[in-house]
Parts: sequence; structure tokens; C-alpha cells
Amino acid sequence: MAKRLDLKDVDIYYGDFHAVQNVNLSVPPRSVTSFIGPSGCGKSTVLRTLNRMHEEIPGARVEGEIQLDGEDIYARGSDAVAVRRTIGMVFQRPNPFPTMSIRDNVVAGLKLQGVRDKKKLDEVCEASLKGANLWKEVSGRLDKPGGGLSGGQQQRLCIARAIAVQPDVLLMDEPCSALDPISTLAIEDLIGDLKKDYTIVIVTHNMQQAARVSDQTAFFNLEATGKPGHLVEIDDTEKIFSNPQERETEDYISGRFG
Amino acid sequence: MSAALDAPERPAASEAFRAVSTARKVKNQLATVLVTLAFVIAVIPLVWLLVSVLIKGFPAIVSVDWWTKSLSGVTPDQARGGVYHAIVGTLVQALIAGIIAVPVGIFAAVYLVEYGRGRLARITSFMVDILSGVPSIVAALFIFALFISIGGLSQSGFLVGLALVLLMLPVVIRNTEEMLRLVPDELREASYALGIPKWKTILRIVLPTALSGTVTGVMLAFARVMGETAPVLVLVGYARAINFDPFEGNQASLPLLIYTELSTNPSAAGQLRIWGGALTLILIVMVFQLAASLISRYSAISK
Repeated sequence: MAKRLDLKDVDIYYGDFHAVQNVNLSVPPRSVTSFIGPSGCGKSTVLRTLNRMHEEIPGARVEGEIQLDGEDIYARGSDAVAVRRTIGMVFQRPNPFPTMSIRDNVVAGLKLQGVRDKKKLDEVCEASLKGANLWKEVSGRLDKPGGGLSGGQQQRLCIARAIAVQPDVLLMDEPCSALDPISTLAIEDLIGDLKKDYTIVIVTHNMQQAARVSDQTAFFNLEATGKPGHLVEIDDTEKIFSNPQERETEDYISGRFG
Repeated sequence: MSAALDAPERPAASEAFRAVSTARKVKNQLATVLVTLAFVIAVIPLVWLLVSVLIKGFPAIVSVDWWTKSLSGVTPDQARGGVYHAIVGTLVQALIAGIIAVPVGIFAAVYLVEYGRGRLARITSFMVDILSGVPSIVAALFIFALFISIGGLSQSGFLVGLALVLLMLPVVIRNTEEMLRLVPDELREASYALGIPKWKTILRIVLPTALSGTVTGVMLAFARVMGETAPVLVLVGYARAINFDPFEGNQASLPLLIYTELSTNPSAAGQLRIWGGALTLILIVMVFQLAASLISRYSAISK
């Protein structure tokens, strides 16, 4: 199920603006890779190109190759909708569908893809909620609206919703930045569990979080505002935080700037 | 001043917390008086209108016949019969307008919000603005020119419905557009990220989220067109009997009944019918507005 991601000479543009320059990196299956770096360095932009979400912004385009187990997701004829079914995403702010119950939120992906079998939907709902460590808290009120949960629960609901469609890769765009420390801990524990089955890429502003959850860490930086962001280095998390190759990285993680 | 501040057991305020100046106090009082006065002036005609329509129209609408009978076989000076025929006409004509204007309006709004980029969207948006400024008599004359002068049709309730479409469309489009823009982009993104195609996202996520506001807007659009008078004066003849068929023959409606009684029937019975008709029209419009606010209250998205 989990697959590997390879980025080769990736350049990202918004219209004329060159947002990210020449990124090369690999994300091995069943591991957590975190993207860190100052605001505007393009880490979220890179993340959003991994499941072609950035295309929703008019004028955005990508050069280079992004491969999922060797297959280019930008190849001619490849469909963004199909790519997104394989590469799921969790967003910065919890965004459950307000018109749907907890159950319908979890199975929304399957339901809207045309799965009707009620028994299967119930099974997937339970399995996904268990997978997201939310089952115990909500099993008694699956018919209540998803918006009634706390922020941390909503975010786990969104994770359950993302894994219900059984993607190969799970992208997380600062999934804890809107949550309190206890909910953050719950999500971080969950990430540790999920990496047994999924390839996970997470963008975070919190370097301790990157150190806690990820196996490898990529540091992005930009020379100045208006210049394109670039990948400074990517290595095992331990190494990045103890003995990075680049001076820039050390300055950043030790708090000398950013 | 609030009671808590003036409570006797509290020590007097220190110099720093005393009112800045008398001039400021006076200005404050003056402004308060002015806005209150403006409010009263604005309310007077509204209350006056409502009260006089209520008082003069109430005796007419309390009889059962008023709601269940037409004026068929009633001579102008007889205080008998009812306005059922006009209520039917008003509702039928508004329904025709709604059947056409609501789906077209909602689709147009979906286009503008979800797909519209560049020139076509700008032109559409501009046209909607123009359309919302078109006086109802102009809409009526346009339909008259198109279908009666050129098309050779005869007057009918259906043509009134078509004229009402022109008046209803911009209201439905603008309102739906606003409601769709209120749906956070995050929900669209969440849906796309699940591998749900755009059209399904719009149909199953965006529209349901905007539903209550959209329905409210549609109700208000109905309420608005039901009182329109110019189209019924130009496009259909008055009938004193019930006519359910909008394609054939004359069809009464409340505005038309009021106008006809006013211009042809000076008797006391006619006067009573005018006020009763006005009150009935206000009541029906109110029912629609009430329904609108109920819908928006009870189907509001649970947070």
C-alpha cells in the first residue's frame, strides 16, 4: 500500500513568480518525512504539488518530475482526481464537512466515489476512526454533526476521512498548528501509528515536532523575499538536528534566525 | 450611566477617570437624539401604512368567502364573493417565474463562483447588474414586444410569469452567488483531496452547505415578484372568475384586482375589496418571508 515518492528537478511557478527552485528528494515508504523552514520558503507549496492540489490556484504550474513508485503523477493523460485518490491530504485547519454527520464525514470520499454498500461503509467508518484514534470518543454519536467535536477531535476526524479512501501517501500541511498541546500530542502519537501503513509527509513550523515525529527532515530556505525557495538539505532527522551538513540549517535549527 | 458606576458605596472617581469635557457630552447627546429621530421618522410611514391597511382591510378578509370564492356573478356594488381567483393567479404566475428563474439563477451563480474566470464571467456579472436595475414595466414591455407584437400570442398569465422571470433572475443569482462565496475554500480543498471531482464537490459539498441561504434568497425573490404590478397590467387581462390555466384566457392576480377595482368600481364594496386585496397581498408576501427566515434558522449549519 505505502509507496515511495521521488521528486526530480522540481520547479514550481505561480504565473510568472518562481516559487520553488530545483527540488530533488525522495520519500521512502512507511516513513515520516517532515518539511521545515521559514515562512515563504515554499515547503507548503512543494507539499501541495505532491497531490496536485496547487493546480486549484490559477496560473500555478510545475516543471520536473514527481514520481509515485516510479510513475510520473504529472505525465500526460494523468488525472488530478485519480492522483488525489492515491495521495491524501490533511490540512492546517480542521475542515469537516459541516452538513454531514461524523459517519458521513468519514466515508464521504467513498460515498462520493460511488460506494453504496452500507455494510462496507460502516466497516470502513469504524476501521478509519479506530485508525485515527477517535473511535472510542465518537462511537456513540456517529450521527451527530462533525462540527460539534473539539478542534483536536475534528482534526483526527479529518485524518480518518483521509485514510478512509485508503491512499498510498498521506500529506499533512501543518496539521497541529491550530491545536492545543494535548491534541497535538494525540495527533503526533497517531502519526507514529500511521507510518506503519502509510508514507507520510508533514509540513511543520514546530521544529520539536519535526524532531519528535519524523524519520527524515528536509530543510527549505529562501535567500530573500521574492526569490524562489529551495531545498537546503534533506537527511535523517537525527542528523539534521545534531550535525547538519549546511551552515544555514544549523543557524535555523539553533534559532539564530527564522 | 450605569447603576453600578453611580452606586453610593463606591468612592468618587479620580480626576483621570472623569468625563473629558462638557462639549463631548453635548455632542454625544445631540448625536443620540438625531439618530433616534431619524429612526422614528423612518418608522412612522411604515407603521402608518400597515395599520391603515390592517384596519381598512381586516373586515374584508375575515369572511370565509373571501378566501374561497371568486367575484364571478357578483355585481360591482355587492359586498359578496372573494379574491380566491386573484390569489390563484398570483401564485400560478409566481410559480411559473420560479420554475424557470430558480434553476437558471442557481446554475448561473454556480458558474460565476466556481467556473467563471475572464471575460465571459465579467460580462455575465455585468449583465446581472443591468438586469437587476431594469424597471418592471420595461421587463413587461420586452415580453409584450417579443411574444405579443412579434410572436403573435395573445395575453396570458404565462407571459406575466416570463416577465417575472426577468425580475427574479438577478435576485436569485446575486443571492446564490453570495451564499456560494461564503462556503469556505477549505471545504472544496478537503473534497478535492479525497479524489472527488469538481462537479461532485459542487453538487454534494458546496451546494448543500449553501442550501439554507439559497432557499431563503429564493423565498425572498418570490415575495418580491408577487407584488409586481406592471407585468400584470401589460400582459394579461383581468378576469372575475377562477382560471387555473396560465396559457389560456384572462387571469386575475392580487395587484391586478386592486388596480381594476380602483379604476372601475367607486362603490363601498369596491373600496373594501381594494383594502382587503392589499392586506391579502401583504399577508401572502409575509408568509413567504416568514418561511424564509424559519428555513434559515432551522437548517442553519450546526457549528
